[in-house]
Parts: sequence; C-alpha cells; structure tokens
Amino acid sequence: MRKKILFVSRRAPYGSSTARDAIDVALAASVYDQDIGYLFMDDGIFQLLKSQQSQGIDQKNISATLGAFALYDIENIYVHEESLKERGISIDELIFDNLQVLNNKSVTMLLNEQDQLMSF
Amino acid sequence: MSTLHTVNKSPFTHNSLRSCLNVCSDSDGILLLEDGVFGAIPSSPCAAELQTLIGRGVPVFALEQDAKARGIEGKLAEGVQLTDYDKFIQLTIDHRCVQSWY
Repeated sequence: MRKKILFVSRRAPYGSSTARDAIDVALAASVYDQDIGYLFMDDGIFQLLKSQQSQGIDQKNISATLGAFALYDIENIYVHEESLKERGISIDELIFDNLQVLNNKSVTMLLNEQDQLMSF
Repeated sequence: MSTLHTVNKSPFTHNSLRSCLNVCSDSDGILLLEDGVFGAIPSSPCAAELQTLIGRGVPVFALEQDAKARGIEGKLAEGVQLTDYDKFIQLTIDHRCVQSWY
C-alpha cells in the first residue's frame, strides 16, 4: 500500500551523522514506490546551503547527496520559513529550485496529512 | 488526523520543545519524557506557550517515571497530566502519527 511518509530533518550536516542517515532512509524508502515528502527545519536547513565546501573536513558534501532526490523521484521538498528567518538565510542561497517554503501553520497541516512521520 | 508530539530534551538547553509548540495543532497531543519533563515545570522557558496550548484543549502529558526520577513530580505546571508507560503506548495508538522532537 502506498503511504504518505514525511521525513523531518532538523539537524545540521557534518556535526553528527543524523542528517545523512535521514537521506539514506528516504532514498531507500523511495524504492518502494511510496509518496515521500522531505521537510527541512531548525538546523536542518543548513544542509541546503549552496556554498558548502566540505573537502577540508574530509566529508562528502551533503548537498551533492541531496541532489540524488530528483533521481529517486523525491520531489516534494519543503523548508520551514521561520527556521530560515531565524538563521538569516534566504531561499536563493539554497539548492533545489523546487523548494516549497512553509510557515508554522502550513507545517502543522503538512504533519497532519501524513500516514507516517520519520523524525531525524 | 492528529499527531502525538514527543519531546525528550530540556527546554533550558535545547529548542526541541519550542519547535514542537510552533507547529502543534489544537487537535494534537504532547508527551514530555526523559529530560523533556523539565518543560512541564512553571519556570520553563516555554511555560507560557505550553499553558496557552493547554488552555486551548491540547492534552499535555509528562511521563511519570521520568518526572519522579528527576524529583519534579510535585512541581508540574497546572494542567500537565502524568502518564505511565502503558498510557504512553495507548497515546501512540490514539494518534495517527508520532513526531519525535529530539
């Protein structure tokens, strides 16, 4: 059965493996033809910065990995507006040209539309 | 359909509870557990927002064993309900999804 699954990614990249783990699970889940959404909020929005250059810390650039979403048909990608504002980040600094910016109220609605939430 | 929000970090050191309260709907429920139970005391940084939600009818629970272990069972803000592990399981069944703020 096809389910609506939302990944909620709230951690910055590199400091822990949480952000990357979430992506791995989402890519794996997408293989099973599920209706997948991906929400970046809190420090999770830092994963989306175009300007990341992670070579100096010997880690793979997470924004490159996120580029795989298109290949795996993960097209519903959301970013939390208040998290962006709080961190002084604007939408044009972020990867993906199909990002949907959601405020608190829209996130509330999005959460309650799902069959399954995956919290990272 | 409603969501059960679980929070396991203290609001004195983390933003988990604030993030949760920002997107909690009136038909949702909140369960505070582990260090999250510190969010249930009246001097917590999010106490006012939590009271507003309780006033709007949002059920707010604190896991009894965790509150007792931390010595704050007698300090819980008005309207916060104590729950045990059995009730915790029932809450996860009664809500469609669980969002874990950690």
